[in-house]
Amino acid sequence: MKPRDLTDLALRNLREAILRNTLTTLGVAVGVASLVAMLSLGVGLQQLASKRLSQSGLFDTIVVTPKNNFRGMGRPQREPQSDKPSRALDDDARKEIEKLANVIEVYPQVRFFTEVRFNDKPLATVVAGMPDSSRNSGSFDGMQGSFFSSPTANEAILQIEFAKDLSDKPASLVGQDVVLRYAERQALPANNSGAASSDGSGGGFSVVPKELRLKIVGIVETEPAQGYGGYGNARLLIPLQTAATLRAAQVNDLRDIVRDSAANKTVYASLSVRAKSPSQVEAIETSIKNMGFAAFSLLDASKSLRTFFSVFDSLLGIFGSLALAVSTLGIVNTLVMAILERRREIGVLKALGATDSDVKKLFFVEAGVMGFCGGIFGVLFGWLLGRAITIGTNLYLKRQNLNPIELSSVTWWLILAALVFGVLVSLAAGLYPASRAAKLNPVDALRYE
Amino acid sequence: MPNSDLAIHLEHVSRYYSMGESSVRAVDDVSISIPEGQFLALLGSSGSGKSTLLNLIAGLDGVTSGLILARGQNLAELSPLELARYRRNTIGMVFQSFNLLPRMTLEENIELPLRLAEVERAERAGRVREALQRVRLTHRLGHRPTELSGGEQQRVAIARALVNRPKILLADEPTGNLDSATGEAILALLRDLQQQLGMTIVMVTHERPLAERFANRLVTMGDGKLLPAAASPKGLA
Repeated sequence: MKPRDLTDLALRNLREAILRNTLTTLGVAVGVASLVAMLSLGVGLQQLASKRLSQSGLFDTIVVTPKNNFRGMGRPQREPQSDKPSRALDDDARKEIEKLANVIEVYPQVRFFTEVRFNDKPLATVVAGMPDSSRNSGSFDGMQGSFFSSPTANEAILQIEFAKDLSDKPASLVGQDVVLRYAERQALPANNSGAASSDGSGGGFSVVPKELRLKIVGIVETEPAQGYGGYGNARLLIPLQTAATLRAAQVNDLRDIVRDSAANKTVYASLSVRAKSPSQVEAIETSIKNMGFAAFSLLDASKSLRTFFSVFDSLLGIFGSLALAVSTLGIVNTLVMAILERRREIGVLKALGATDSDVKKLFFVEAGVMGFCGGIFGVLFGWLLGRAITIGTNLYLKRQNLNPIELSSVTWWLILAALVFGVLVSLAAGLYPASRAAKLNPVDALRYE
Repeated sequence: MPNSDLAIHLEHVSRYYSMGESSVRAVDDVSISIPEGQFLALLGSSGSGKSTLLNLIAGLDGVTSGLILARGQNLAELSPLELARYRRNTIGMVFQSFNLLPRMTLEENIELPLRLAEVERAERAGRVREALQRVRLTHRLGHRPTELSGGEQQRVAIARALVNRPKILLADEPTGNLDSATGEAILALLRDLQQQLGMTIVMVTHERPLAERFANRLVTMGDGKLLPAAASPKGLA
């Protein structure tokens, strides 16, 4: 029989026992829905975690430092570094890194200890310069206030925990001023040895205390300048260019002053390199290591995260599949009942010239149609279930004064996989009844009352 | 070697069924030749083996021993697929209880063998109409079988058997569920078809008077065997 005729007949048969077949299809739908709801939660949680981590800029950023940087002391090396000789991390190196494929930005890390005064209350913290590009990184989404008005503005964004240290009502800080007290490097005249300082002067530097008044423009809940690659969590953020012009003394300055290898050049303590996407980080990291620098990224952590979510999704999938497994019994039951009821009809079909294969296919198509329809309704129910869980969770979060989250995510591949899985499971459930129907002896079937 | 003009040729055909440790001889060493275009009535009491013999000729059941040739094809040598094709194209079947599918309209019931034979959709409507014209029932095309009388249902069943233009029509008690007037009309219809289309008809019946009126040849069975002509009540064989 031609596929279209088979489908016509199967649909007609399904319509005849509409209540029973609808209930069976609903059983499949419930099974698929539980699978979709579980997996959508898994996918949603994975996306939530990935989004939070990518907002921190950790997964598309590589921190480059000169080899044998003292910050590496005592810290186990994640993997052997390249055998290339150590190089100074200067402007030449910066330009070289900028030319690497898939690098979108290279900027120095400006990070220094400081004292912040607010209402004459001193608090020690770390300041970090934020590049203007971080405006669109997602790290500042949902912040109170606004991002810096310009790359050179004397403005500050506070991390929420630091803001809480400054005031019981953090939101009220926006628009107020804080005073930054820091140590400025001032170049000394060149000495006879010709040794270089980190700011290009010939004879080292002196440190002079300075103050800068900054206007608080925003408060952020994420940690856009987490301690990774730096010296601890920076809790006061200022524009990178502003930070650079302060010429604040940094930890590496002492190391650079005792070296005389980088005469008359700007030497960076570290550079942040942003890749187009996390998938390109590994290749860029390798290239940088081959250039003779130390490079760090959280790629391995990302891999572990993916592994964790793969296992997590599998477990959710298994639990979700239990309901689908139960629904397959419904399909088997419905089709076996249909064989009993249509025994005589099967005999007639065979007497009229239907092959065993025609009869088998007819039952298969009926099972497949129930699986497909169940799959469609299941995806819909699963999505609704996921939405309900998300809405319920967000209501709870709102009561706790927390930001809403997207807990479930029904992706196109999940829809496709659920439909295919629903049909395949239904076809598997139809195997036994179809084979039993095909094997019916037509003479016995025609005698059946 | 059987004559090539034979529609059906049976040689020492037997069909035994196992019933526990004993064996039932439903058909026992039957040999008969049926020429093309003959209307043969197979008579006999209940359990005489006539329906079993019809099922063997239809290829719905297999012989225990012996040879069945239908239009030259040895049924024992046909694969299940070829047997299905044989039932689809070479023979048409009519049953005592009509065996129409109740959820289908008359048109759909008659179209069913065309679907199985994978006849093009465009051709089907014409073939269905043609078959219904032969049984004079074109006005009930969209009705369901339950909306028809017994005689009408049997005419639909005959139309369904004819739609693939078979050369042999096998009818198992076609008048068994009908009153005598309707049964007579059905047999008249079968005889007309046999004469118009040159079909071979093998009809199982226990209504001897009707068979004598419409069939060309009468054969009687008893205990699975063909009874000799002398043993038949009217000596027809």
